[in-house]
Amino acid sequence: MSAQKDRWVSSLVFLLFCASSIPRCGSAGLRQEPSPQRYFSALEAGRASLAFFTPSVSPGAQPFLEQIESSAEALQDYGISVVKVNCPKEDVSRYCGKENALRKAFLFRGTLLIREFPTDALFDVNSIVANVLFALLFNEVKYVETLADLENIENVLKGKSNMVFAYVPATGTAEHRAVMEAAFVYGTIHQFVLTTEAALLKATSHGDPDVASAWLLFCHCQRATDPAQPCRRTALGQPLTLLNIHRHLKLMGAPLVTEVAEDPEKISTVHLQLGLPLVFILSQKETYEADRRTAEFVAWQLLGKAGVALLSRDLVDLNVLHRSNVALKTPDEGMPIQYLVLEDTDEVVTLVEDNNKVKQIQEDEQEEEEEDEDEKDNNQDIQDDQVVEAVSRDKKRELPLEQVLVLTEENFHSSLSEAAQTVVLFYASWEAVSLAVLRSYSEVADHLKGTPGILLSRVNCWDWPGLCCQENVTQFPTIRIYKKGQQSVTYDGMWGTEELSSFILLSRVSCPLKLATMDEAEGYLRGEFPSELSSHFHTSLLGIFSTATSKAREAFEEAGNILSGHVRMGMYFEDDALALSHKYSVSPPAILLARSGGRSVEGIPLSKHSVQDVVQMIRYELLDIFPEITVPNLPQYLQLRKPFLILFSDGDISQMESKEMLKLAKGRAQQAFVACWLNLKKTPVGHGILRTYFSTVPSLPVLVWVNLHAGGQVFQFPSEQSITAVNVLSWMEQLQAGLEAPSSTLSEEDWKPPLPAYNFLEMMETSVPELSLHTSPHPGDTPAQHPPKSPGGDTAIREGPSQESTAEEVGSPGRNLRGTAPRLAARDKQGKRHSEL
Amino acid sequence: LGLALYAGSLCAVSGATFLYHDYCVIGAGPAGLQAAYLLQQAGRDYVVFERSHAPGSFFALYPRHRKLISINKQYTGKSNSEFNLRHDWNSLLSHDRRLLFRRYSHDFFPDADTMVHYLEDFASLLKLRVQYNTAIIHVTLEKNEQAWNGHYFLLTDQDRKNYKCSSLLVATGMWVPNVVNFPGSEYVEGYETVSINPKDFAGQTVLILGRGNSAFETAENILGVTNFIHMVSRSRVRLSWATHYVGDLRAINNGLLDTYQLKSLDGLLEGDLEDLAIIKDKKGKLHITLRFYLENRNISAGINSITLPQDELDNFATRAPYDRVIRCLGWKFDFSIYNRSLRMMPGKGNIKKYPQIKPSYESRGTQGLFVLGTASHSVDFRKSAGGFIHGFRYTTRAVHRLLENRHHGVPWPSTVYPITQLTNSIIKRVNEASGLYQMFSVLADIILLRENATAFEYLEEYPVGVLAELEMQTGRKAPNGLFVIIMEYGRNFSGADKDVFYYNRAVGEAQHAWQSNFLHPVIYYYKRLPTEREMRLRPPDWPLPRPDAIHHIVEDFLTDWTAPNAHILPLRRFLENCLRTDLRNFFAESCFLFAFTRQKLPPFCQQGYVRMQGLMGSQELRHHAVQAGLLQDYSHTDFLGDRHPDSHDGSRDQLMRDHAIPVRPLQHLVNAKDE
Repeated sequence: MSAQKDRWVSSLVFLLFCASSIPRCGSAGLRQEPSPQRYFSALEAGRASLAFFTPSVSPGAQPFLEQIESSAEALQDYGISVVKVNCPKEDVSRYCGKENALRKAFLFRGTLLIREFPTDALFDVNSIVANVLFALLFNEVKYVETLADLENIENVLKGKSNMVFAYVPATGTAEHRAVMEAAFVYGTIHQFVLTTEAALLKATSHGDPDVASAWLLFCHCQRATDPAQPCRRTALGQPLTLLNIHRHLKLMGAPLVTEVAEDPEKISTVHLQLGLPLVFILSQKETYEADRRTAEFVAWQLLGKAGVALLSRDLVDLNVLHRSNVALKTPDEGMPIQYLVLEDTDEVVTLVEDNNKVKQIQEDEQEEEEEDEDEKDNNQDIQDDQVVEAVSRDKKRELPLEQVLVLTEENFHSSLSEAAQTVVLFYASWEAVSLAVLRSYSEVADHLKGTPGILLSRVNCWDWPGLCCQENVTQFPTIRIYKKGQQSVTYDGMWGTEELSSFILLSRVSCPLKLATMDEAEGYLRGEFPSELSSHFHTSLLGIFSTATSKAREAFEEAGNILSGHVRMGMYFEDDALALSHKYSVSPPAILLARSGGRSVEGIPLSKHSVQDVVQMIRYELLDIFPEITVPNLPQYLQLRKPFLILFSDGDISQMESKEMLKLAKGRAQQAFVACWLNLKKTPVGHGILRTYFSTVPSLPVLVWVNLHAGGQVFQFPSEQSITAVNVLSWMEQLQAGLEAPSSTLSEEDWKPPLPAYNFLEMMETSVPELSLHTSPHPGDTPAQHPPKSPGGDTAIREGPSQESTAEEVGSPGRNLRGTAPRLAARDKQGKRHSEL
Repeated sequence: LGLALYAGSLCAVSGATFLYHDYCVIGAGPAGLQAAYLLQQAGRDYVVFERSHAPGSFFALYPRHRKLISINKQYTGKSNSEFNLRHDWNSLLSHDRRLLFRRYSHDFFPDADTMVHYLEDFASLLKLRVQYNTAIIHVTLEKNEQAWNGHYFLLTDQDRKNYKCSSLLVATGMWVPNVVNFPGSEYVEGYETVSINPKDFAGQTVLILGRGNSAFETAENILGVTNFIHMVSRSRVRLSWATHYVGDLRAINNGLLDTYQLKSLDGLLEGDLEDLAIIKDKKGKLHITLRFYLENRNISAGINSITLPQDELDNFATRAPYDRVIRCLGWKFDFSIYNRSLRMMPGKGNIKKYPQIKPSYESRGTQGLFVLGTASHSVDFRKSAGGFIHGFRYTTRAVHRLLENRHHGVPWPSTVYPITQLTNSIIKRVNEASGLYQMFSVLADIILLRENATAFEYLEEYPVGVLAELEMQTGRKAPNGLFVIIMEYGRNFSGADKDVFYYNRAVGEAQHAWQSNFLHPVIYYYKRLPTEREMRLRPPDWPLPRPDAIHHIVEDFLTDWTAPNAHILPLRRFLENCLRTDLRNFFAESCFLFAFTRQKLPPFCQQGYVRMQGLMGSQELRHHAVQAGLLQDYSHTDFLGDRHPDSHDGSRDQLMRDHAIPVRPLQHLVNAKDE
């Protein structure tokens, strides 16, 4: 971005340079002349100069003089010299003699007096430059007062040249100056028209314009052929600064549609140089005329926002989809050209506008960042950690923790023996994630209120570090479940109310649960046994073992320990185990998997006997074939490290889609990807995903293929095709063959520090000179850390930061409360901080 | 012969019999017992030699007026045992909670007898192996290739019994009184023997030599009954609340400053004691004169022949005669028992009372000889607390850890954490750690980064002076950079002549934290371990060489550094910028979005959410995050016209800020017209 900015700045500087290369006297700044005679004799023909006459002493004109002096340099750029002429005492000529002439400035071209200005019209540099140029550019800039005047000028210009019409609330303002400076450069190309009449502004703009801000229109009169119609107008949508006006005029001057016949990657137009996108209308020989009309139509719509180019596909060998008809090239370096299939011109306009909006925001952000850098990174002390901020905003709310027992070093061990199962949250009362979990924990306590045999408790490790250390808790938060006579279990699931509640409830039953009778086993598969768990829906898993297969059983039991709390596991190894396995046509050792309340029971032989393999197999078998992906369940599917085929749906998916997708998921390609769907109503963050994937919003449902782990390309299933297994499969084949172009690619960016830190080292170096002498570790490693030493000496520099801070601190007294007590009492003495040292 | 069979631990070398132990500790004072406890816990073969019949014999005598000036704070409002040790200056470190000093005394400044009692309990309850009534009178070396350090230490006690050790820990303290010799010094009473009964001083005029706590303590005791007390010493008085050094004059003893400044007859003088001379007159009164006047005189000729200063200068300050002169000049290390070959040399300058040691507490002269306790104070004399129980209990532990690594292959204890715990682990330590707090600028916590900065290893309380030797001394590797966490007072804040009460002495703003004056945590970041040369060339008054980056956590009135915005946020930014990563926490929903829209995830999501430990967050919390503009609420937004979610998740409220151009007021015009 800044590179582009530089580009237009440099071209502008060039223009100004041309303007200022008009012959001049060579002296810089203000010139002094000893007497009026000397001044007039030195005037060159055709050369403008602003003169003011002062008696030897004139204290009254002093502020005015300062302004004149500081504007001398600005005016010099336009070839206008500023001269201070001293009036000898005895002089009684026209300029020196009269009292009131001394309060004026005179503008000469050669020796001809063009205008005299009362000093009160020249109150600052802006007003001086604006007024002087206004007087000099009398022909180039017409001043109008009525709509009729404006229309007259417009009519005269039609078919000949374009008009720049500007409204400024008052003359002598910065905007006025910007308009005049632009007129100085462009005055010969375009007709400039200026007004200060608010009525005229209202007549020329739609809606209710703000009369207090300036406004500039470019009127395309050169192209206007119909004398009855007003010229087309394009407003400058940005504040009136010389840079913005220059940019606007450059854009208006560029051809409406550029015809190109080379690789779009290599094309660069004025638009791209000025940081605007370039839209390519991809054309073919057959449709060339129509495409050209479309391009012109779009170009008018996008005037000032983007450039439009017409690209003949016949002339360029493009390696893109044949269907694509529009391409978008953004000015950002390294951003690939997007090729799109769009249906009408509005989509093009929306595309560009959305794109610009994002850019605008980013730009503003950047500008803010830049500003901030000037102000010593004031954002640094604004919290940007969502968890920390949320917790501190919530800190005044009293948590309903009556259900949660507070444990201490004294009562910890005695409390553990009170309930069958004690859940302990180890946390630190100053740590945000701990406190966030504590909030969910209080909700869990509320859910589980009255459940027998469960005691919820907490230990604040900030109060009892010895206890936490003894329990080997090194990280916060940690949740442990202590059961009588058993080893404690550390919770390793999501820090959420539901997940934790379910874990605690499931943990009550041993895992795996030994089932004693056939009836129990059947009841278990139906989800009716044991009664503690009947209210909780879970997929049930039953291991069947003939007594002989003890090795598999050991592995299964060990796996149960690992999966305890996450999976409902039972096992059956009574004598009639064979009968049970026959019923589900497997032979032991095997696992029976009862999904959705035992309506379907699946039998899987248990062939592997290592604990790790059994755990992995159980985890894998528990995954759904075509799951609804949600925030809590995504990680399980991420671990498969496969591409995702996601159906985004606004609400539930239809039976049809569900059926087709299931077919797809169960098919032979099942191993290669995760087929899933996302309910935007239930998981609204999906909107955020879609917004990242597509510049324009696709209609829902939309099917998307994402290579999350390899390359990050995102492909959109063509919206015109219906989602059937066949269509999707053939589309996927095309994807695999590289025949489809990705809609977008996921950012590969690293997670860098969001904001810089305070550079204390640099601050110390400026004030502790001996430190820089000891810069042995890495000389030249970080040049930024060796700022030039200021010569002020110790105390002078020490006061630096405090002076800076005074203004800001006065503005925000709330901050001072952060200070310590001695500071509270001495708020008015901020400025002197540390100078006493 | 029967002795030689004794447990097989006796051996005969050149005719003499030696009892062997891996570790010999000389002295069963606080430092000796602390070392014994640590050796015992580690299961090492050690013995402690104590010349007295009980531990802490120094405390049985001193301080003479029996009031310890180490604080024994009963209440801090906190139950954190580690934090509370910051305000318990008497306890030794042990696992036994009965051995906390506050269980022995309720006095804020406890009685010295309580200390003796405490040390007795410490030795007996923990069953420390102390050999009492054994005064080591000679220490020498025996060269041996096999020995840990190339030599054994041979110790001889008062009964000519010999002992042999691989490593010698000297915890003998400082007990040899400092004596100044000048003409008339024979009239001077020593602190060791002077009466502590104020009645003995009634109506007397007293001169005290010295200006330390013992001098003021002595004065305090007799202040109310003397005519007046004068106190003379070379240097001006150093007040501990101005120097932030607990060994300087403590406010509890400074009654004489009051009576001096309020012109209640007592007074303070500066002068070199070496120039002094004392003459006794016939009435037994002691007159101060200068050595200079005595040089060519025969003192025996009587007082009348000697010039007194007031003869020439009739308003000489100490012209009044004194009834008593008391010497309170402190103590020095007993160098006498070491053989020349051990090269136990006194330090130079103001640390000449201490033996020369390295920052690792090992003797400069002899490998394998470590000095513990008060005698090791040369490392941080007049700076930190290494000369006092609340300091050397930690330096002793550090020495023990060095020895465990050196001789037993037990690396310095450390904990490995995922990088997401980096900010937390620092915040936890700076808020509660007592060793860092007491031994500020001497002991430091070290964070060793693992490759790619995904994890780190945390080492506690390492002696910062030997940072360059870290890998060798701890058995841990530091190839990927390190953080050093240390506590510091502001530079130029402390000093005998400093005004520590000036307005705005405390910094409140995190951005000016580097100017903090009171004790506060400082974190140094090095991309690689500093070398010994860099350590040597470090800036004056700096504990460490110039780092690659430095962070100060702003001083805090409550020494509670847990404020999310003033303390934790700037620390996180510092750590993030050193590691070039994003250490923010995210709710699971954000991680979900990142998982689908970015190829890489921030560490918090990577190490939490992806491993099924995502932070779901309660409804209220997510609502707060949305309100803060740090979390996007997608349930209510329509698609168009909103910002792109890919641009960083940062503060949206700033983006929402009105971008309208401010209307330029035309007041210039008005002003100009007014003129």
